[in-house]
Amino acid sequence: MNIWIAIGVTAVGCYAVKLLGLLVPAGALERPLVKRLAALLPVALLAALTAQQTFADGHALVVDARVAGVAAAAVALVLRAPFLVVVAAAVVVTAGVRALGG
Amino acid sequence: MREQTAVPDTGAGDKPDAAVVRDALGVGVAVGLSGFAFGVTSAGSGLTLLQTCALSLLVFTGASQFALVGALAAGGNPLTAAAGAFFLGVRNAFYGLRLSQLLALPRAVRPFAAQWVIDETTAVALAQPTRRGVRIGFAVTGVTLYVLWNLTTLLGALGAEALGDTDAWGLDAAGPAVFLALLAPMLKTTTERATAALAVLLGLGLLPVLPAGVPVLVAALAAPAVLWARGRRSGGTSGTPGEEPR
Repeated sequence: MNIWIAIGVTAVGCYAVKLLGLLVPAGALERPLVKRLAALLPVALLAALTAQQTFADGHALVVDARVAGVAAAAVALVLRAPFLVVVAAAVVVTAGVRALGG
Repeated sequence: MREQTAVPDTGAGDKPDAAVVRDALGVGVAVGLSGFAFGVTSAGSGLTLLQTCALSLLVFTGASQFALVGALAAGGNPLTAAAGAFFLGVRNAFYGLRLSQLLALPRAVRPFAAQWVIDETTAVALAQPTRRGVRIGFAVTGVTLYVLWNLTTLLGALGAEALGDTDAWGLDAAGPAVFLALLAPMLKTTTERATAALAVLLGLGLLPVLPAGVPVLVAALAAPAVLWARGRRSGGTSGTPGEEPR
């Protein structure tokens, strides 16, 4: 039951913020500063999420096989590989390093 | 990336629809398939098949879903767990803010489009040069991702026991690789790179001391901080001529 409560609250909350962004009056967005901020916020959030999901283990920062995997993804990106190849590179290299005991 | 503040309504069609669809399918399929990792993780965290599928159907924002099942698995209070997931989902409001300008959807359509306002659809939509491209990119990414993410969530939950240790398969690296692939095309100017660098420092530096999900929100402050610093240095707003309303 507790899990269903968590699911319900999360679902309602996450949908509400998605909708909120779409419903904010257009007039509020006409200011150049707001436009630049809205364009720059995803950069900050994606960068932080990338770093956290690469180095976080709970509340601790660790360097493990994921770092090699994400580095492989970065190389694939520099080589202009397709999206699937980028993700596959990360998964395969991470699994490989773990298999080698990394 | 082109100047973010100006998207022509028509014309300038230097990118055919097929190329937009290809981009969208690439992201939709790759990320959609990673729902498998979520299904496995969720089932491994002790959620039932129904609970796992309900999360993908109703929450449909991967980072929040991973955060929620992680917190529940750690024995967290349901409301605390939900709060962490919610904080992670707040970024979608900013994506919606950006998308509503570019998509220009009728009000009646917005409640239906809202569920697809996530990292991936935003990244694909923002990368398109025309409004038509933005709409195609958003819709194709959204439908592909929604269908595949839910299907692979189901398969992942069913296959969790068969697979054993998902980390051994490297699936935990899929998430950051996806985020990195979405981020890379955005890092065109010094402003974006400085923002990303500051966000990384904040996100990692605060991770040990703040509740799950909160460091990412604080890291979002890198955006206004960099804009403020740049504004101070150039002595005022610049870069968007003719758009100052008053």
